[in-house]
Amino acid sequence: MKVFAVAEHRFGELNPLSIELLNLANKLGESNAVVIGKDVGKFADELAKYADKVWKIEDASLENYNPELYIDVLLQLFQKEKPDVVLIGNTAQGAEYAPYLAVKLNAPIVTDVVGVNTANGLVASRFVMQGKIMVDLKIKSMPCVLTVRQGAFKEGVQKNGKIVDAGIKPSVAAKRKFIEYVQPEAGEVDITKANIIVAVGRGIEDAANISLAEELAKALGGVVAGSRPVIDNGWLPKDRQVGISGKVVKPKLYLALGISGAFQHVMGMKDSELIIAINKDPEAPIFGVAHYGVVANLFDIVPELLDKLKGK
Amino acid sequence: MKIIVLAKHAPDPQSEVGVAGDGKSLSLGTAVFDINDWDRYAVEEAIRIKEKMGGEVVVVGVGKSEDTLRKCLAMGADRAIKIPFDAGLDAYQTAEVICEAIKNEKFDMIFAGLMSQDYNNSQVGVILAAMLNLPFATAVTSLEIGNGVVKVKREIEGGYQEAVQLPMPCLLTIQSGINEPRYVSVMGIKKAKTKELKEVSITPKMSTVEVAKMYLPPVKKAELITGDPSQIATKIIAILKDRGLIG
Ligand SMILES: Cc1cc2nc3c(=O)[nH]c(=O)nc-3n(C[C@H](O)[C@H](O)[C@H](O)COP(=O)(O)OP(=O)(O)OC[C@H]3O[C@@H](n4cnc5c(N)ncnc54)[C@H](O)[C@@H]3O)c2cc1C
Repeated sequence: MKVFAVAEHRFGELNPLSIELLNLANKLGESNAVVIGKDVGKFADELAKYADKVWKIEDASLENYNPELYIDVLLQLFQKEKPDVVLIGNTAQGAEYAPYLAVKLNAPIVTDVVGVNTANGLVASRFVMQGKIMVDLKIKSMPCVLTVRQGAFKEGVQKNGKIVDAGIKPSVAAKRKFIEYVQPEAGEVDITKANIIVAVGRGIEDAANISLAEELAKALGGVVAGSRPVIDNGWLPKDRQVGISGKVVKPKLYLALGISGAFQHVMGMKDSELIIAINKDPEAPIFGVAHYGVVANLFDIVPELLDKLKGK
Repeated sequence: MKIIVLAKHAPDPQSEVGVAGDGKSLSLGTAVFDINDWDRYAVEEAIRIKEKMGGEVVVVGVGKSEDTLRKCLAMGADRAIKIPFDAGLDAYQTAEVICEAIKNEKFDMIFAGLMSQDYNNSQVGVILAAMLNLPFATAVTSLEIGNGVVKVKREIEGGYQEAVQLPMPCLLTIQSGINEPRYVSVMGIKKAKTKELKEVSITPKMSTVEVAKMYLPPVKKAELITGDPSQIATKIIAILKDRGLIG
């Protein structure tokens, strides 16, 4: 199988997920990396260690990611090279342009892939229901596009591929214009520095109940953080969000209260030294990453914890 | 400003869900259905724009979507189109029927939720943009309209945003938290009853993926702490003391 993995970079850094795409590519067959940008030499060198071949697409107009230009140059390359499988990172960037590219390639697409099986055609595995259920999807025709979840293909082989200039330039003027990157605002509390984090999810139910978590955090000498819905609802400030679009934390203790454990949240806290999760749903995916789990109503457990910590 | 919004009637993943007897579909016996969370933000954003600038908001639902479409009308959307076809996990099919249903509408923008809370595909909006050859942006967290263009911030990793500008017509997928969706008022519900909810039957031609198997994921399970609340609290505190996390 001829596989093309599109690398990703931002702020001058190669996204390590690009190597994971090549791990999967090497598993499936001939591995080709594609790297797009203004000056991509150093990324190509890094990618060549894991690919049979690296294709460079360079142009000043490609300095910042633009989906229309990425799709245009990729289509030019793929029309010539005829891949069977195109791999793209399931990131803010990849997940954005991959479905559009798939349509233009007349290719089926599966997003957020965590497993691939070729025993009987091409079958891609992914989660549905925010991690509660898994599905194997049979892909009906080739070529196909897969966006791949970070961490799913960590192991792979080393190669020493050759680097070629694809000789491709954008053939369209993009309608969408890049303006700038906007940095996150700095808040009062830096949750990435805390040793103990009491994290609350939608299970906390209401803004008024945040004080319960605050009290517990105080008793433990920690800080309160939250999952995305808690921040979206305005119950905690934006800089307290843990997850891919929030912060990555590695405290000594992560106490997760009423958090389901969606992948986007887990990516921000899975490396915590000790994870204890309280959730009333025994099937909640958070129990897959927690060291200790309590299947219960958090409103029954937290007051008991507080009483005991205060020595009552 | 005419805005088309895609709204899915979807089961809440928090409710009890499992795999049906056929091993290929979800069992949703007691699941609670409501408007897909991301679409709620999309509908709200469209209605706010209409309230400010005038125009029309048209909501489109695919599959069993009547309750959700009525809710959108009660929030303030002007009319609704229902396409009673269940595409399952094949987002191409969903996009194809929507494309067919709206092809004669002269819209300025299409809003879709960033993803659906049940299948988590994040595909329908962008596939539709491709079918209609529209400029697009995903994971939009704020937007500002001026002179035929829309300036948006879209979310990228690590708390960063990317600011981009698009001409209209265009398609945006909306990220949660962009606004605070309103509650549906009694007045709104009354008004909604008089609004148009048109049903159009369309069957897609294409089929790109097929469910081979659905199953519960094999997970490494946490060590469970059991007992009554007081016993559980005592055990947790013992673990924390043991690790030197508390005195
Ligand atoms: C592009 C993108 C980026 C995202 N970025 C992030 C991110 O950075 N961080 C993030 O967190 N999410 C992020 N998300 C959202 C993510 O997909 C989930 O929607 C979110 O993490 C769910 O939050 P939750 O677990 O608090 O809520 P839910 O999934 O609603 O879960 C609530 C849980 O609480 C439990 N519960 C309810 N009541 C109680 C009770 N009384 N006692 C005990 N348990 C109870 C329920 O059983 C359930 O498991 C992102 C999504 C997308 C698409």
